[in-house]
Amino acid sequence: MKVDLTVNGSQHTVDVADNALLSDVLRETLGLTGTHVGCDTSQCGACTVHLDGRSVKACTVLAGQADGGDVTTIEGIANGDDLHPMQVAFRANHALQCGFCTPGMIMSAIDLVQTADSPLSAEEVREGLEGNFCRCTGYHNIVKAVLDAQANM
Amino acid sequence: MYTFNFRRASNLEEAQQLHQSSSDAVYVSGGMTLIPSLKLRLASPDDVVDLSRIDGLSAISSADGVLSVGAMARHCDVAATTDIPALAALANRIGDAQVRNRGTIGGSLANNDPAADYPAAVLGLGATIHTNRRTIAGDDFFVDLFETALDDGEIIMRVDFPTPKRAAYAKFANQASKYAVVGVMVAETDSGVRVGVTGAGACAFRLTSFEDALSTNMSASALAGIDVDSSDFNSDLHASAAYRGSLVTVMAKQAVEQLTA
Ligand SMILES: Cc1cc2nc3c(=O)[nH]c(=O)nc-3n(C[C@H](O)[C@H](O)[C@H](O)COP(=O)(O)OP(=O)(O)OC[C@H]3O[C@@H](n4cnc5c(N)ncnc54)[C@H](O)[C@@H]3O)c2cc1C
Ligand code: FES
Ligand code: FES
Repeated sequence: MKVDLTVNGSQHTVDVADNALLSDVLRETLGLTGTHVGCDTSQCGACTVHLDGRSVKACTVLAGQADGGDVTTIEGIANGDDLHPMQVAFRANHALQCGFCTPGMIMSAIDLVQTADSPLSAEEVREGLEGNFCRCTGYHNIVKAVLDAQANM
Repeated sequence: MYTFNFRRASNLEEAQQLHQSSSDAVYVSGGMTLIPSLKLRLASPDDVVDLSRIDGLSAISSADGVLSVGAMARHCDVAATTDIPALAALANRIGDAQVRNRGTIGGSLANNDPAADYPAAVLGLGATIHTNRRTIAGDDFFVDLFETALDDGEIIMRVDFPTPKRAAYAKFANQASKYAVVGVMVAETDSGVRVGVTGAGACAFRLTSFEDALSTNMSASALAGIDVDSSDFNSDLHASAAYRGSLVTVMAKQAVEQLTA
């Protein structure tokens, strides 16, 4: 099956199996291994990317469903050597330890901040990141980082 | 991942035709239920027919006191539609942000999970379900565990919600999945008070004893002492049947308090 995707601004036509997941295409076909697969059961959010501007779990999107879509992964958010404000805030606030959840956490956090009508409270950040699990940090520094980043986005 | 053929339908006729010409086909909308089921081999179709590129299926519009929600409307789109605040609030508490960005109302209703949120809204608000073949009253739609009035290959097109005078939804959510352990929609509508309950039984149902009591007195105290028969309720690792029975009253009272606040 042929699938057309724009990934981080570049166009790709990939030839993949009918049952391929978006996470398979990103990691295996395009080599973008920044998108992590933690659970593969739609629970953990490590595989979160943006599809047509909104956060989705790439392990729960069929490649064929994403055909014609615009995908942004963790590899696509920095501007050259300038990290995205969310990445800067995660680093400054020690919002990661092992880093496994971080790509998904950052992609969810960016969507959360971008779609908020008004500045988010700590409570709203916690609720907004319900779809992303972190087994290391205890979340406190992640919440701090997101609150910090929203001032600079 | 389970092996199947992926078929994308560009219009309704094609979707039905692809479904009919397969010995074992299943539709996919948001995929938030189907894809995990395929991975677990709970579903094992030959063909998966994608409905997501069919024009007009995701529109949300409002006219003459009715909110029409297209079957492909995502939970996040319903959450952002303020016409019926109780419905928006319900949609906004489904799963997590990524689930709401993909999952659709049509998929949720067709799937009829006993713990899904939308069935409580369909019953509580007195909605009507329009398919490519007919119109089904919400009251006749939910048949049993994961079973609906839909025939094989029938496609939900849209759901019409009459705007209530006032309504509120209260849910006791499972902390991991956010699915309803018990969820109750209470609404004062043009056709009277309606109470839709999800999570408690094999599928969502109306609670007429609560409806009668609230018709004469719309207050939480009106529900005190009304016995909820929990003998057929679900019992699992999250909650016993008796606990769900008690949650029905507690959630209904919370909904009434919200609605009268
Ligand atoms: C982590 C997680 C948490 C969740 N939490 C909740 C929650 O708190 N509350 C809740 O209610 N739900 C929850 N869900 C389920 C979610 O709401 C699903 O989106 C929904 O149940 C199915 O919608 P879908 O569009 O993804 O359907 P799909 O997965 O695409 O399809 C589901 C079924 O419906 C059929 N179907 C789809 N569209 C149509 C149509 N238009 N006509 C006829 N048949 C159709 C398909 O053939 C399939 O059998 C959760 C899911 C996940 C993964
Ligand atoms: S890998 Fe996709 S949600 Fe966990
Ligand atoms: S930093 Fe290790 S899982 Fe989040």
